[in-house]
Amino acid sequence: MSLVIKGGKLVDPEAGTISAGDVVCRDGRIVAAGPDAAAGAPAGAEVFEAAGLFVTPGLIDMHVHLREPGFEYKEDVASGSRAAVVGGFTTIACMPNTAPVIDQAALVRSVLEMAARAGLANVLPIGSISKGLAGVELAELGGMFAAGAVGFSDDGKPVMNSELMRTALQYAKMYNVPLITHSEDMHLAADGQMHLGAWSALLGLRGIPGVAEAGMIARDCMLAELTGGRVHVAHVSTELSLSILKWAKGRGIAVTSEVTPHHLTLTDEEVSRTSYDTNTKMNPPLRSAADVAALKEGLRDGLIEVIASDHAPHSLDDKDVEFNFAANGIIGLEASLPVLLTKLVATGDVDLLTVVKALTLGPAKVLGLASKGRLGVGMDADLTLIDLDASWTIDPRRFESKSRNTPFVGWEVQGRAAATVVGGRVVQREGRICV
Amino acid sequence: MGLRSKDILALQEMTWEDMQLILDTADSLREIISRPIKKVPTLRGKTIVTFFHEPSTRTRTSFEVAAKYMSADTTSITASTSALTKGETLKDTAYSLVAMGADCLIMRHGVSGSCHFLARQVNASVINAGDGTHEHPTQGLLDMMTIRRHKGRLAGLKVAIVGDVLHSRVARSNIWGLTQAGAEVVLAGPATLLPEPMPGVTVPAYTSVEDAVKDADVVYVLRLQRERQAKGLLPSLAEYARNYSINRARLGLAKPDALLMHPGPMNRGVEISSEVADGERSLIIEQVTNGVAVRMAILYLLLGGAAE
Repeated sequence: MSLVIKGGKLVDPEAGTISAGDVVCRDGRIVAAGPDAAAGAPAGAEVFEAAGLFVTPGLIDMHVHLREPGFEYKEDVASGSRAAVVGGFTTIACMPNTAPVIDQAALVRSVLEMAARAGLANVLPIGSISKGLAGVELAELGGMFAAGAVGFSDDGKPVMNSELMRTALQYAKMYNVPLITHSEDMHLAADGQMHLGAWSALLGLRGIPGVAEAGMIARDCMLAELTGGRVHVAHVSTELSLSILKWAKGRGIAVTSEVTPHHLTLTDEEVSRTSYDTNTKMNPPLRSAADVAALKEGLRDGLIEVIASDHAPHSLDDKDVEFNFAANGIIGLEASLPVLLTKLVATGDVDLLTVVKALTLGPAKVLGLASKGRLGVGMDADLTLIDLDASWTIDPRRFESKSRNTPFVGWEVQGRAAATVVGGRVVQREGRICV
Repeated sequence: MGLRSKDILALQEMTWEDMQLILDTADSLREIISRPIKKVPTLRGKTIVTFFHEPSTRTRTSFEVAAKYMSADTTSITASTSALTKGETLKDTAYSLVAMGADCLIMRHGVSGSCHFLARQVNASVINAGDGTHEHPTQGLLDMMTIRRHKGRLAGLKVAIVGDVLHSRVARSNIWGLTQAGAEVVLAGPATLLPEPMPGVTVPAYTSVEDAVKDADVVYVLRLQRERQAKGLLPSLAEYARNYSINRARLGLAKPDALLMHPGPMNRGVEISSEVADGERSLIIEQVTNGVAVRMAILYLLLGGAAE
């Protein structure tokens, strides 16, 4: 089975180049890429005319909640996989805060089986750090790793017990996988509803100080140094956290981080502007304008390696309630790319190569995916074809996700994934799943 | 001439013109309260529901009395006796009330923003009777009315708001209302009970109550909720009283003709001493009367304007 992507603009995050060329795929691998590569394509290969499109390695969203098992009314592996490929993502890593929690090998295998049945995106399970996310006992990391877990996280809950975190880092080091931290001091965050600042004061909502995040990041960086383990900080959201990360990297500590599209594009003022719309409620909360500026700078200068959406589907019943009672989180898969292209790339804040790198090579390196996130020969034939000129309006009613909770509703955006290729197969074209 | 919005949700969102309209209307309706027969037909046939999720004596009674003086029909629901205890959502309860023909929902709720949420769900008018730690707009308006009746103006006055400003919806409404009216507002309280600076308004905050009340035209004392001590924001109520209680000595730092106000209910001996609460400068009882007038004015402007 062969596929030729012909006449596109190849975005190579490894080389840092954008150049005209073709990509030839055979049996799920890239066999040739570059100018006139199509000339050597096997006879009878399917040809995809990519004139005017940017061809990138398949996008990776390493922070997704697929909700299955247990919360299938919000999302399941199949609907999340459809949302992924429509949004341009060929690979997603899913968090273990399901019911039951993904805290043992059999459950990791069951997620992989569900993903295989869905047959669209590559789904990589993340196992829990502690049994049942209880933050007390270490889960069977070894068994889960052998079953296919690519990392471990108690996402949604911080590991408050520093000794458990130290043990987990030591243990995970044996498998060279990252611990993905939800960095939040629960005592400082308490029942906070939004970022602590001028807008929380105006709205009378309890505020979460940025220190609640930065303090825990500092702890985990120091524990990584102590143990030689590897930490990946999920959804970093404050300027203070970035200065901690900079300090830690300066010491040679093995730490990486990710930022979400919403933390790059929205501020805490949005809670006021929308009169307490619960789609502005997430954890970590939307931060100040100064934090947003620092996050963009961190992305530009490479301090932040990854953009990930923290795709967190919730039903209307979970969200259409009083602010304090609403669930945290928003969906991302189908809005991430257009929002980034519109609010970062089109504005000139961050260039296309940097954004693509943070959606491909960046997460591939963090998760140790040697054959993903790159455009070279021998790599997996996962590709995303981006149309930067497509203008459209985000309408969650048309999403493949089961949920609709997004603050980006009604946004006029420019750019979309014109096609998604997984394993050498075109699975999405012009917003339609075509397998 | 009417109000710009179908709802009364927050003074932060209200124009000074609308506030003036409410205050002027309240001034003219106030005499009805002292009539031997306190009844005008203005809101005959209108149905008003008070929907209180938190305990209240004066606010709920004040709204109900105001509605009755204007001949509206009133029904009151409390969270503990409603279907909310059976797990019904606020949204569904609101739909049902409106389906029965309610023209106006008056809600108090423990969660900030809940009245905004309710107002999005229904076409009926929604009046915020206190939402979490956000706002209590009718209290702010009745306080403005009270000050204006005694001072003849609001612009240029110095108003010191003393106490737990961080958790006070009364303070927020007064800050927005009074500053829009041109008054100077200053805050005083322990650092753990003062809010972050708010956008769009400048209100100096002092940890010394003496500094704040100096030369004030109005000293406004907030209720101190005992749970603040339980949550560790204060070492003890006694220490709070020593440092922040408004007594004769502290009130003496304000202007000689300064007014003393409190939204009630009071913790005598904690945030305020009885000698001043019951003293000649206290307007605490008059605030209650003006509260009825302000609520009559709001109901009239929202529901009754065209009926006469």
